[in-house]
Amino acid sequence: MAGFDKVVSSYSEAMVGLEDGMTVIAGGFGLCGIPEGLIGQIKRQGIRNLTVVSNNCGVDGFGLGVLLEDKQIRKMVASYVGENALFEQQLLSGELDVELTPQGTLAEKMRAGGAGIPAFYTATGVGTLVAEGKETRNINGRDYLLEHSITGDFAIVKAWKADRFGNCIYRHTAMNFNPMAATAGKITVLEVEEIVEPGELEPSQIHTPGIYIDRVIKGVFEKRIEKQTTQAAR
Amino acid sequence: MALTREQIAKRVAMELQDGYYVNLGIGIPTLVANYVSDNIAVMLQSENGLLGMGQYPTADALDADMINAGKETVTAATGAAIFNSAESFAMIRGGHVDLTVLGAFEIDQNGNIASWMIPNKLIKGMGGAMDLVAGAKNIICTMTHASKHGESKLLSECSLPLTGVGCINKVITDLALLEIKDDAFHLLERAPGVSVEEIQAKTQGRLIIPKNTPEMTF
Repeated sequence: MAGFDKVVSSYSEAMVGLEDGMTVIAGGFGLCGIPEGLIGQIKRQGIRNLTVVSNNCGVDGFGLGVLLEDKQIRKMVASYVGENALFEQQLLSGELDVELTPQGTLAEKMRAGGAGIPAFYTATGVGTLVAEGKETRNINGRDYLLEHSITGDFAIVKAWKADRFGNCIYRHTAMNFNPMAATAGKITVLEVEEIVEPGELEPSQIHTPGIYIDRVIKGVFEKRIEKQTTQAAR
Repeated sequence: MALTREQIAKRVAMELQDGYYVNLGIGIPTLVANYVSDNIAVMLQSENGLLGMGQYPTADALDADMINAGKETVTAATGAAIFNSAESFAMIRGGHVDLTVLGAFEIDQNGNIASWMIPNKLIKGMGGAMDLVAGAKNIICTMTHASKHGESKLLSECSLPLTGVGCINKVITDLALLEIKDDAFHLLERAPGVSVEEIQAKTQGRLIIPKNTPEMTF
């Protein structure tokens, strides 16, 4: 009886079932809080024609950027895709489709998708290119856009600690989009720095309850820093 | 003399009030943090999920899990809170942030702002800017008044793709402080030594000039 034990021992086991053409939602902000090993596994498996939903698309050679190298991503849904020359090149050549989405709307699309809400109204983007082709409705004197929520065939999520049941805790600002991504995958895979036994994490301190999580793997992380900014020691 | 980036930031900082929660954008807005008066307390919000952004860490305290919205390593100030992106934008969209300071390519007399895209040149994405301008109660835009070639960025109508509509009410440029209302820019202050004529010449949109325009004091 496996019960609620969701721990898998290999990256290939973690990503079983991922196929060409699927939609993958990934947590992370820039290179902070990204599921590095799961992204690496998608690259190794050579899955193609993916729709990837994530705030950013990594940088050249790291994070989701590595999936651009063999043109595995067909469509990217993101709020900001700077810092990535290969991305720009594939966008301009038409090999890559991109749906730029305001950051707050993107977070809410994932949150709503995971919470069973198919769409919502927001003032963000009214009167801009983002509004094109979307229903606008005036509510209490202000215009709002109807935005559809997002779910994925897979969600790949990075947390700090999880117990074997998938209850997890994020560390500092590596939380970002991860809790919403975790709720929005048909299959949600959690890559963590440390796995503990059930009962070791304080129940009231859990950020994402294990019900959203299907698989847990202990990852190996480089945790690259995009912009090292420091002050002189005092 | 036109204001330097630092002087623009310094003038913006004078608009801060004790107890304000403030979101600072990339560029000149980021510099505002350096000029917050010692007599007030403000809490800086970073939209990746940090309320109470502190200083940059010392080299020995660098932490990949602790960054701001510009992806720079930072620390958490005393009394900070960390949360997820949906929560962060609930604060922003819900109007809980007291002041947002952001840059722009163009502003127009109707309070429209263009700050995220230059067709065929710069298509990096809007990040959180559209949510910020849609949700903030109070927005200050910082920018240079005109381009390097002397073309006005304060227009009757923005020419670039918009970030938001009718949302900007205050602009601080290298030449002046202006309020936007009633379909016009209203000149409130001018940079020390900058003439009203120069401001007029570099403002393409409708400009309302009072009888006397005081010089900024810092």
